[in-house]
Amino acid sequence: MLLEIRGLSVDYGLGDQPVHAVDDVSLTIRRGEVVGLAGESGSGKSTLAYAVTRLLRDPGVITGGEAFFYDWPKGSYRGTDADGTSSQPRLVDLLTEDRDVVRAVRWSDIAVVFQSALHALNPVLRIGRLIDDVLKTHDKTMTRAQRLARAKELLEMVGISADRLNSYPHELSGGMRQRVMIAVAVALHPSLLIMDEPTTALDVVIQREILEGLMELREQLGFSVLFITHDLSLLIEIADTIAVMYAGRLVEKAPAKALFRAPRHPYTYGLTRSFPSLHGSKKVMVGIEGSPPDLRKVPSGCPFHPRCAWAMDICKTQDPPVLTLHDASGGREVLCWLQDGKHEVPPELNQVPPAAGTVAALPSMRGRRP
Amino acid sequence: MSEREDVPLLEAVDVTKHYRVRVGRMGRSIVHAAENISVALYPGTVTAVVGESGSGKSTLSRMLARTQKLTSGKLCFQGEEVVLTKRVPADYRQSVQLVLQDPFESLNPVHTVRYILSRPLIIHDRTGGNVEEAVLNLLRRVALEPAEQFIGKYPHELSGGQRQRVSIARGLAVQPKVLLADEPVSMLDVSIRLGVLNLLADLRDRERLAILYVTHDIASARYLADTIMVMYAGKVVEVGPADSITNAPAHPYTKLLLSAAPDPDADEKVWPGAAGAPPSLVQPPSGCRFHPRCPYAMPICSTDEPPAFGIDERHTAACWLHDPAPLELSQPGHTASLTEGPPESGERT
Repeated sequence: MLLEIRGLSVDYGLGDQPVHAVDDVSLTIRRGEVVGLAGESGSGKSTLAYAVTRLLRDPGVITGGEAFFYDWPKGSYRGTDADGTSSQPRLVDLLTEDRDVVRAVRWSDIAVVFQSALHALNPVLRIGRLIDDVLKTHDKTMTRAQRLARAKELLEMVGISADRLNSYPHELSGGMRQRVMIAVAVALHPSLLIMDEPTTALDVVIQREILEGLMELREQLGFSVLFITHDLSLLIEIADTIAVMYAGRLVEKAPAKALFRAPRHPYTYGLTRSFPSLHGSKKVMVGIEGSPPDLRKVPSGCPFHPRCAWAMDICKTQDPPVLTLHDASGGREVLCWLQDGKHEVPPELNQVPPAAGTVAALPSMRGRRP
Repeated sequence: MSEREDVPLLEAVDVTKHYRVRVGRMGRSIVHAAENISVALYPGTVTAVVGESGSGKSTLSRMLARTQKLTSGKLCFQGEEVVLTKRVPADYRQSVQLVLQDPFESLNPVHTVRYILSRPLIIHDRTGGNVEEAVLNLLRRVALEPAEQFIGKYPHELSGGQRQRVSIARGLAVQPKVLLADEPVSMLDVSIRLGVLNLLADLRDRERLAILYVTHDIASARYLADTIMVMYAGKVVEVGPADSITNAPAHPYTKLLLSAAPDPDADEKVWPGAAGAPPSLVQPPSGCRFHPRCPYAMPICSTDEPPAFGIDERHTAACWLHDPAPLELSQPGHTASLTEGPPESGERT
């Protein structure tokens, strides 16, 4: 276990009508796992990440829930220490702990990579200075020469030649900037990397290169990734587990392949039918009718019911329960009345998932390079 | 005006766009944004232009809309050459409409949908006497219903998909024959993209519009388009029917694009590596502009620019690999299908 979020709720604004951006979301990330968080704009996926890293700004308010970070001793990512003894993690309560404690955890244990690298990098600092700054702040024992050597090593790790240390961010291409961001993020050996739409602004070829690089780096360093994106098709390729958010709620969580081949929630089903394929015969696809709800006026009951083809009366009035289902693909969670065992499940939402074995055999893009 | 299905509504012949840019205080240089591009848009078809940023795909749509002057080349509208006057005549503006990428920025936030949609109707005198009714009809054409509810709204009250539909409705207001859609869905949420793509398909089938669909997403191009044109660094590298481009790419760059696209159906995806980035358009590489990154590059690729070789009747690729009469310089066996993977390194020299 690395990060455990229980019943997290975040509102924007207080007073009479706060906007519930995140509503009772529970999510766990295990060590070494790649968890994908998918959702449309306004679904609360970025807010969730900001809340657990305490980067949430006013008017964002955490109104409930807990988030624990298991701070394992460095170098024990694979379960045991180098000397074979099993180590115990230090528990950090991310939501209530003192700001300074969380600040120390952030970056050194939980690093965040934001979407717009151009805005995240200070335009008047050279890349080398930027990396130097991070190292200096978090590790006072390093000498200047050590920091320089480390900065070179970091850049080379993400495939940028070390002479780029003297470049300013504007001198780099979009893809290189995002790589610098990743290099800076892993500078202090974090055990969790939170990536908020890291490749959305990039071209497909560059996106693919960055993802390949990231996965290689993960193999080397063994960190976990929380990958936030609106692009479900991308997550299916890289994530072990995918959580889908809609209108602030987590509507389904399942192993990646099972979620794609056999979705259980009508929204997930709609999403998997929203991106055209590169193979097979062309068929007319419909996506999902309607548009995402206005968070100021979230529909009663299940927030998805106005767009749902299988909506029942109960969906309009009562919040669906969090149901844990067990099938061949392993456990999954789904937030839908249809799956509570008392209703007839439509065949579209009852497809046979791939067995757990095939999922485990493909944990990531490991070994895909020819 | 004759409407013949076999005459392209709008055709670009060898159009080129060079942008002059200043470099430093005194220096000037030229960005070769798009060079010698020919494309024909037929009624009732969607032609997709696929490429990365900087490939010249948006420049092409701007030239077709005549918001950017052509450096050279010509445009033909319904078979007749267009006189490229500085001021674009009203009937051209009416027939060729451009829909922009970002509906958050292309709609004026201080006006209602009613105002936004009535402007083109009034300016081009297409109200039929009743502006309100004409606007309502437009909203219905893009499936924004009930139209009475949408007409009084401001852009910020609409979702991204609805805004893009208003943007398309504005393009349709003047009854264009050609719709140039520049990345119309890339800013939209995944679940509503298909709705807008289906709307474009519907307009093609129902109103026989000729549509140019500019995109970086080759999967959506395959879904919507009849013909796909792949661009790289200002050049057309491959043109053909959508299915043959995606099923049997003939140009190494198309193959690279396809392997980079997210593809959940593929269990094992082999990523050949991109070997570098798109070149500077100020000094594009000699010969084939893709040769510095191409795993199949031959000596001729760096010296001579490849013409468009026919793969089959409707499919062409600008790549020396498809030269039917290989020059002495090139290696035997280089016409091997791209689906077999890169040749052994020995063949590459």
